[in-house]
Amino acid sequence: MNKVANKQVICDVLMEHAQTDRNIIVTCSDSRGSASLTEFGKRFPDQMIEVGIAEQSLVSVSAGMAKCGKKVYAASPACFLSTRSMEQVKVDVAYSDTNVKLIGISGGISYGALGMTHHSAQDIAALASIPNMRVYLPSDRFQTKALMEALLQDDKPAYIRVGRNAVDDVYEEDDVPFVMDHATVVCEGEDVAIIACGEMVRPAKDAAKLLNEKGISATVLDMYCVKPIDKEAVIKAAGKAKAVVTVEEHSAYGGLGSMVTQIVCENCPKKVAVMALPDEPAVGGKSQEVFDHYGLNAQTISQIAESLL
Amino acid sequence: MENLKAKSFALRKDILDIVYRAKAGHIGGDFSVCDILNVLYNKHMNVTPENIHTSNHDRFILSKGHSVEALYSVLADKKFFPKEDLKTVSQFQSKYIGHPNIKVNGIEMCSGSLGHGLSVAVGMAIAGKMDQADYRVYVVMGDGELAEGSVWEGAMCAGHYKLDNLTAVVDRNRLQITGCTEEVMSQDSQDERWASFGWNVLHAAGNDVDALDEAFTKAKAFQGKPTVIIADTTKGSGVSFMENQAGWHHRVPTQEEYEKAMVELEERRVAACE
Repeated sequence: MNKVANKQVICDVLMEHAQTDRNIIVTCSDSRGSASLTEFGKRFPDQMIEVGIAEQSLVSVSAGMAKCGKKVYAASPACFLSTRSMEQVKVDVAYSDTNVKLIGISGGISYGALGMTHHSAQDIAALASIPNMRVYLPSDRFQTKALMEALLQDDKPAYIRVGRNAVDDVYEEDDVPFVMDHATVVCEGEDVAIIACGEMVRPAKDAAKLLNEKGISATVLDMYCVKPIDKEAVIKAAGKAKAVVTVEEHSAYGGLGSMVTQIVCENCPKKVAVMALPDEPAVGGKSQEVFDHYGLNAQTISQIAESLL
Repeated sequence: MENLKAKSFALRKDILDIVYRAKAGHIGGDFSVCDILNVLYNKHMNVTPENIHTSNHDRFILSKGHSVEALYSVLADKKFFPKEDLKTVSQFQSKYIGHPNIKVNGIEMCSGSLGHGLSVAVGMAIAGKMDQADYRVYVVMGDGELAEGSVWEGAMCAGHYKLDNLTAVVDRNRLQITGCTEEVMSQDSQDERWASFGWNVLHAAGNDVDALDEAFTKAKAFQGKPTVIIADTTKGSGVSFMENQAGWHHRVPTQEEYEKAMVELEERRVAACE
């Protein structure tokens, strides 16, 4: 099993490039430890700016630096970065079109036992609704690396949400089928399309395996690019399937499920089951316990998929 | 050449025209901030239509974004865009909207949501220090805006990093949309507040171009701390019947008021030329 969290991968990629590109700057709000960026700060002290526990200022300061030619990676817990700083993200980053990459760490219910103040079940809905803001939830360490390498090549705003814990790999080290802003087809089938993002892709992949054992074939789409969503991939996968299941570590309102449902209803109407967190503050506990409580696991995904057929 | 004092009244005539034609705008705050922008753009800042797209130019952020008509009049005067464009302010599909917009040449950050500008300016000043660039960063806030908590996050950060390449101005006109600032939310004791966050604090008569010129010169020379200039201004400054009236926060003049104001501004402009 992989023991590397996606946030660690982000630090590694940034360290690799910061060496040769002095304009790469990490900003943090007393969050370098939780973002696994302590090592970056030690190696590149001149390329890290600390603003203290002040997430609004974090985003505005980052935007100002970006306007003056810096490539800024602002790392803070997803729960605070996405909604406490939403106004700054909207005006100073998205509307002002500054090259700030917002790194939302410990997203979803990564901070399980810390409770609902530290969960981020609204970040996709909040940030995807802002024009000129992109939203990415990579699924495993290999995809996180590929995504970060791609983001280093552009100068547009983006939000990247990663979890706190190490997650099982979805891909193989030498086989990461990644094309920027195109969903990755994890496996293809005829009966049901399972569309997942972030750290729900691995249980979706495992669910396809369980379904296969019952003679049901499933397509699994890794929609790491929640915005801009890969509409063509949704239509292709949903079009040939009898039903669609979406899976996300987010509220059912305004997340991946909402977006996929819009596309399916407009283009190839059929049943869609949205698997997400319920409209209530999520219970506390270890992340896996919380996932199991809400049915965000391979077993339940496969049962829901089967029930639609 | 038109002197700075006369320019202040010429700019006010342009602002009056913009607001009267657009039937919208924040004329009270435009007039209180007008001299600050005049002195910055015509005397202190190194920013032109030619150098604004290069890395080394002075940066300006109008954090009290609702005074955008004053900024438009200064930018048009500095030839960042044709003066003719001002006829489209607030018109359907115009890029010249009621708050600063990066689509307008000369405007580098969108603003209008209060309490953002100082932290953005802090980021620009940090970047300048990193690059050992010699540009300066200027930000203008309203006094009502100081109630936004995010202002003080930025103030703390600027003090921490000793950003002496940053000058903030508070347009202290003592009025906000509801009425007196001291009734809405006390903003006196600014000296103690900013000083305690590690700032050099200056005062200036904010509608006096000579006093402003002196304050900006002092701020530029001061080392080791960011400087804030508390600019004591008059809301509606320049037109007697608009002065110190909260109602002129965003009122649009009638034809009669427009004509009366225009006459007064022209008289003052001519007087300033002498």
